[in-house]
Amino acid sequence: MIKSTQSSSDRDDLREQERRDFRSYLWGVGLALVLTVVPFALVHWLHLPRLPVLTAIGALALVQILVHFRFFLHIGFRHNREDLQLLLFSALLLVIMLAGTIWIMASLALRMALPT
Amino acid sequence: MSREAMRHPGLNLGSHHGSDQDSAERLMFGFWVFLMSDAVLFGMVFATYLTSLDATAGGPGPRDLYDIKSIFVETLLLLASSFTFGMASLALKYRHPTQRLVGWLVLTVLLGVAFLGFELHDVASMFAQGGLPTRSGFLSAFFDLVPLHGLHVAGGCLWLVCLIAQLARYGVDRETKLGIMRLALFWHFLDIIWIAIFSVVYLAGLT
Amino acid sequence: MMIPNFLQHPLGRLDLDALPFWKMLQQPTHANVINGIIATGAASMVVVGTVVTFAIITRYRWWRRLWSEWLTSPDHKKIGIMYVVLAFVMLSRALIEAALMRAQQAFGLGGGFLSPDHFAQLFSTHGTIMIFFMAMPFLTGIINYVMPLQIGARDVSFPVLNSISLGLTAAGAALVMISLCLGTFSTGGWFGYPPYTEATFSPGVGPDYWIWALTLASLGSTFTGINFAVTIYKERAPGMTFMRMPLFTWTALCTSILMIFAMPPLTVATAQLALDRYLGFHYFTNALGGNMMNFANLFWLFGHPEVYILILPAFGVYSEVISTFSGKVLFGYRSLVMATMAITILSFTVWVHHFFTMGQDANINAIFGIASMLIGIPTGVKIYDWMWTMFRGRVRFTVPMIYSIGFMLLFVLGGMSGILLADPGIDYQVHNSVFLVAHFHNMAVPGVLFGMISAYHFWFPKAFGFRLNERWGKVAAWCWIVGFMLAFFPLYALGLMGMPRRTVAYTEASYVPLEGLAFLGAILVVIALSCLIVQLWISIRDRATTRVFAGDPWDGHSLEWSISSPPPEYNFAIVPRVTDRDAFTLSKENGSAYKRPDADAYADIELPKNSAMGPLLGAMGFALAFGLVWHIWWMVLLAALAVLVTMIARGFARDTWRIVPAERVRQDLDRWLATVTATTAVSRAGEISVANRGLAARSDVGAAT
Repeated sequence: MIKSTQSSSDRDDLREQERRDFRSYLWGVGLALVLTVVPFALVHWLHLPRLPVLTAIGALALVQILVHFRFFLHIGFRHNREDLQLLLFSALLLVIMLAGTIWIMASLALRMALPT
Repeated sequence: MSREAMRHPGLNLGSHHGSDQDSAERLMFGFWVFLMSDAVLFGMVFATYLTSLDATAGGPGPRDLYDIKSIFVETLLLLASSFTFGMASLALKYRHPTQRLVGWLVLTVLLGVAFLGFELHDVASMFAQGGLPTRSGFLSAFFDLVPLHGLHVAGGCLWLVCLIAQLARYGVDRETKLGIMRLALFWHFLDIIWIAIFSVVYLAGLT
Repeated sequence: MMIPNFLQHPLGRLDLDALPFWKMLQQPTHANVINGIIATGAASMVVVGTVVTFAIITRYRWWRRLWSEWLTSPDHKKIGIMYVVLAFVMLSRALIEAALMRAQQAFGLGGGFLSPDHFAQLFSTHGTIMIFFMAMPFLTGIINYVMPLQIGARDVSFPVLNSISLGLTAAGAALVMISLCLGTFSTGGWFGYPPYTEATFSPGVGPDYWIWALTLASLGSTFTGINFAVTIYKERAPGMTFMRMPLFTWTALCTSILMIFAMPPLTVATAQLALDRYLGFHYFTNALGGNMMNFANLFWLFGHPEVYILILPAFGVYSEVISTFSGKVLFGYRSLVMATMAITILSFTVWVHHFFTMGQDANINAIFGIASMLIGIPTGVKIYDWMWTMFRGRVRFTVPMIYSIGFMLLFVLGGMSGILLADPGIDYQVHNSVFLVAHFHNMAVPGVLFGMISAYHFWFPKAFGFRLNERWGKVAAWCWIVGFMLAFFPLYALGLMGMPRRTVAYTEASYVPLEGLAFLGAILVVIALSCLIVQLWISIRDRATTRVFAGDPWDGHSLEWSISSPPPEYNFAIVPRVTDRDAFTLSKENGSAYKRPDADAYADIELPKNSAMGPLLGAMGFALAFGLVWHIWWMVLLAALAVLVTMIARGFARDTWRIVPAERVRQDLDRWLATVTATTAVSRAGEISVANRGLAARSDVGAAT
């Protein structure tokens, strides 16, 4: 509970915390920037074989998503197991639905292809 | 950091915000659940896109239509807007003057609108090259996915404008605080969706 | 200058042809007249029903009360009751349609009396209504009413959102109802497969009615799911850990999770179909890269979890009913929780079994077939748990219990036919035959519907303060059970004989006797519904003799029975502290039930103020959807704008709470406790007699395992 009797040490604490929060955002933006520029450069300037590039794009995207979760949405492992559980559960269902759909539709495309 | 200060993901106000922090809990959790539902929505649209890649029906494909420079600029704009929103959140949390908070929010809206402008330009140039959604299954799927994200961003911008108006009317009260906190989640969430879009749709399409 | 389209056609494509009797008057052929008369009869039932309702409300000057005490109320109990009322109205319509279809098929040898299009509308509306506007509102209503009481909460987490969900669902239902009067509904079945439902083959308004009704309903359900899940996560009374929650609350949680994650694929599928129809996109068309198979995939990604959205709350009801009327604690609580969770996850891994025959790889079919069979395991666990709960209990055959036992017997049979269908090889044989129709009705009627009616009987005294008539309830229950068996068991045989589903007419004379039996069953089921109506009438008439204000007519186990019937608007005068499962049984045993709290224990209670958001957004949603169906673009634009403005205005609303003073809370509680003291406790033997005033005697309590 807050009382207006904030001592100066409290205020210092707050300021310290604010600095830490700010640095965290800077880290987030910096990492995200790198993780964005690399795949764009890969596609635009380097003409490498398709599969490795696709893999790299996918991997970098995943890392960047994690970076955003960590630094912008403040998801951590130490706190809030409830919310982490929600995220992981959603991810599980999303993977089931996505992977299933792609698997099924790919199989159908192969076997039920209409003449074009 | 104490457990009290980290009761839900997203930016926690901290115990020095008293009961606002308490009422935030259920609202933020509810909003997270909504976002997860929205994520499944996007997931299904992604699935449609991925399974329609070959359905160009003789029409233009990714290489004919996508413009990597424009996408790069859009990506930077969204990333910058995520940062400015982060700064707005910090201004809220550490009780900076309201003008500064509003300043960051206005900057965020401007970046969002700029993003939408670029996106509209993309769409216009796609249309000009015959990339209409009625042309093929592939283009239908594209115009489901990218504009859906765009609509979300537009909705977010509108919400932001409303919140700024509420701030002007009521100042920083419980409702505006909770509104900003939820919108922050929404905004960062949309940026994550955009990572998937520029990677899966544009970069993979141009590889 | 071009005249804008919306000025040229201010009513879009709405014209005289939309009236159900117009075609009959223009071309009075034999078939047109019969179908016209039936359609007009149905439409006039809607019109007359609406007019009579409005007249009664006006006559007794109920409008103000209806608005301020019901429609705008954020109270979860009232919202729950309104959901159930909606469900019953829609049940009546869909049941009449079912009887009409059975009649058509009974006389369908070489023709019958309905046109194929009319018949197709019947099975499409029947399915759509039963799933989205009967079962969903019913279970949403029951959960709304019961779940917050069971966890010791004052309300759901987002009361106004709750009212908005109801508004949207009701708007969807209204859209389906108005399709009787204006235009025709979809003929594409409840899952509306393209390309048949594309503009090329169904250019009329039918699929549009279907699309927007579903969109409204699924929006409402998504919000409901979020609301319930957050409520169960965040609003539980102190001490109510997850493993102390009543089983019905557990099933409510799992159903909510399914609603949250399973509705989006439906939204995507219907939105894409709408884009195809309205703007000429190519998601599911035959040409230009459209792929109709993805619709089946998306629809059943929603459709299968939907089945469990429907059945899980019913499982919860049976768990409560069976343990209460066996006078025992629930056997295998932990295993029931595990089974419920297992079903929740597994339900996302089986959707292919709805389209085994579409042509995908045999490996895919095999894997999804095995996954489908796996669901039988947790479901089987549940059946055994319920049987063990009854075992050596002092079982009372009250109405909810009759439904529960009927369910257990019939559901096992339906489950068996499900295991058969889960085998892709067998599925290829009976796919799209009435065998399948028999199977899913065998799951849906004894499973979902019996569960909901059982819940209606079980919690009715809690909601209204008096019990339902037992005799008429029993008659209705037996009519339902026997009627169901007569109506659907013949379909198993007919399916194996090769009769395809959705057949309007046939030439195979050997179908006739079995179809006749099924028709008899349908009549019996209609009688069952009539009995329920009579029962409600008689129960209201005799309510003075069946009042249970003391609140505990069935010697209940969970917290909802620990307060008055009907409960005060704030539910609990003082939020209870929970120390174990079956919290109320425990407090009755250790004597802490009905204790007067200390004078300083009362506190002011904060409740949400009434809000017009629900009815307003419902009305606007309806206008939006109606405009979209008939291409009345100015209406679409206005309604969309209105929705936006309303939501923005709500953002500016402050001061949305009101206070119930501690003094009034104390007075309410005193009045109730005085009644409890004056009430004679009744033993279980006198449970259904007039002696039951809602206070359970403790002396003859059966074994508590």
